[in-house]
Amino acid sequence: MVGHPQRPVAKAPKDIVKVNIADRQPVREIGFATENYTEPFVHFDFMRYLRNSVFVTAMATLITLLTNSMAAFALSKYKFRGRDFTMLLIVGTLMVPLSVILVPLYSVVSAVGLLDSLWGVILPTVATPTGVFLLRQYMLTIPDELLDAARMDNASEWQIYWRIVLPLAAPALAVLAIFSVVWRWNDFLWPLVVLSRKELYTLQVGLNTYAGELNVQWHYILAMTVVTMIPVVLVFVFLQRYITSGIAGTGLK
Amino acid sequence: MGRITLTNIDRAYGKVKILHDISLDVGDGEMLVLVGPSGCGKSTLLRLIAGLDRPTGGKIEIDGIDVTEVSAARRGLAMVFQSYALYPHMSVRQNLAFGLENIRMPKAEIDQRIAEASRMLEIAPYLDRRPGQLSGGQKQRVAIGRAVVRNPTAFLLDEPLSNLDAELRISTRAELAALHKRLATTMVYVTHDQVEAMTLADRIVVMRAGKIEQVGRPLDLYNAPANLFVAGFIGAPRMNLLPVKVRSASATQVDVDGPGGLSATVAVDGSALKPGDDATLGIRPHDIELSDGGKGAVEAHVTLAEALGPETVVHATIAGDNRLVAVLKHQGVETRGAPLSLVLPPERMHLFDSAGLRVASR
Ligand SMILES: Nc1ncnc2c1ncn2[C@@H]1O[C@H](COP(=O)(O)OP(=O)(O)O)[C@@H](O)[C@H]1O
Ligand SMILES: [Mg+2]
Repeated sequence: MVGHPQRPVAKAPKDIVKVNIADRQPVREIGFATENYTEPFVHFDFMRYLRNSVFVTAMATLITLLTNSMAAFALSKYKFRGRDFTMLLIVGTLMVPLSVILVPLYSVVSAVGLLDSLWGVILPTVATPTGVFLLRQYMLTIPDELLDAARMDNASEWQIYWRIVLPLAAPALAVLAIFSVVWRWNDFLWPLVVLSRKELYTLQVGLNTYAGELNVQWHYILAMTVVTMIPVVLVFVFLQRYITSGIAGTGLK
Repeated sequence: MGRITLTNIDRAYGKVKILHDISLDVGDGEMLVLVGPSGCGKSTLLRLIAGLDRPTGGKIEIDGIDVTEVSAARRGLAMVFQSYALYPHMSVRQNLAFGLENIRMPKAEIDQRIAEASRMLEIAPYLDRRPGQLSGGQKQRVAIGRAVVRNPTAFLLDEPLSNLDAELRISTRAELAALHKRLATTMVYVTHDQVEAMTLADRIVVMRAGKIEQVGRPLDLYNAPANLFVAGFIGAPRMNLLPVKVRSASATQVDVDGPGGLSATVAVDGSALKPGDDATLGIRPHDIELSDGGKGAVEAHVTLAEALGPETVVHATIAGDNRLVAVLKHQGVETRGAPLSLVLPPERMHLFDSAGLRVASR
């Protein structure tokens, strides 16, 4: 049997507060909240994160261009056994997403002591199959006679790479540079995994601190997202011509 | 010095043999022309000499020093490529300087060599242009200039004129000959054009399918081709080749019978021939004359007559299907299908045995 709970009987209030309806004030306001942009610069360590992001992006792009072009040079201009297989293997890694290798990659980076350092963010990202493929396809179009001419001109193989092949591959390098800047700038998951000290955060990871467990500070996140997009937008605005002509030139669509 | 000696050079790509047992001696200061049809291995041989490729067998010496395993850079040779292979991202001046900078030559000497070469080749006005802004003929000069500034022991040239138009080719050919005279440096020159070979060469090497067919001075090759291939390759229009049968042969002369009532006595050493043997008779178009009605004429039918002014090129057939080209020294009135009596002077005839080898005169 279930009994009915006793309901308390409401008593009449002792005092009555009267509010004039005409004096009411709006809780929300609409206007330009520029403080959403200025606040983070003061309280949030925006400048430090920006510096980290710029360092990671610039270094990773430079090393990407260097290593990928060297691989592409070897794979396009030297004949050796297993060359095509190697190329296939490199392109094949495109099918393996980061989330699959995240854990082993973490172990490797941790084993070589790069955890919690910006180089730990940079180095694992520099060998990109897309970059090797793009540069190799472009370098295949550089005539071999040019390299032979340089060999007759006493150039070492390094000089051939540095003074002949690299300058001639400039359009493809520009395309890869743009891709690389965009990729590295927008990276979130890998830096989040590697970096735990706050002063090493890149912008994308730093922004994440506004998303707390209980409260998401949307106004700061959205404002700073706009700010972090600026460099990428600038890259596209100014290098658009190179991207289209370069991509067409590399035969990649 | 620039003496190049090749001994029993072989080159194979996998199982395919491209060059067979090539032995050759290029004298100091000589202009040696390698000639042969496309794909016969001329470029391959030149790349072996240059050191851009290694032979699978044999030995290469420069001035008596074995360089078979020496890298291209250290052989002291310069090469002019068919596509010119100028560095497109460098100015003409940088193109010329590149090879010299690589051997750490002092700047002043580089400048002086470039000045000298650009004066000689008349490329001074566009030293600061990029190759893309030059015409074909100008690129050609720069490519030669890049070789000249190196001051090499020998020049290797791979079809350097083949990308020029006909007129420019002839004038550049003459300039190359003058350059060779002036520098007196060994040149190995590759071409598939026998006219270039005839006009430029001190000696010609005729190649076919990776083998040397004959080596000799241009006129020796023209006057005494060693076999049917050389006979057909050297000289334009090509030598006429007619199938004949040996009637009688002795150590001093051979009597042959051919199509269209052709009957001739050739003064060669026929001691290896027997009556009834098949042979080939060769006669150059320019040696054929119009018959004045006398004996020994060959009856032909005109299929085409090209009046060039000073001479007329007559294409004719003998006895149905044996083609003959004659260059007659007059302004022709021959018409298609008309009969024509031609004289083939026996002293101008070449005789080849059934294996295609020349039957030598005594
Ligand atoms: N790298 C190579 N691999 C396989 N075959 C080759 C190579 N280079 C040249 N050849 C073959 O060698 C032959 C001779 O080539 P080449 O020397 O370029 O002839 P050419 O007399 O026209 O200069 C050709 O049949 C060509 O197909
Ligand atoms: Mg060739």
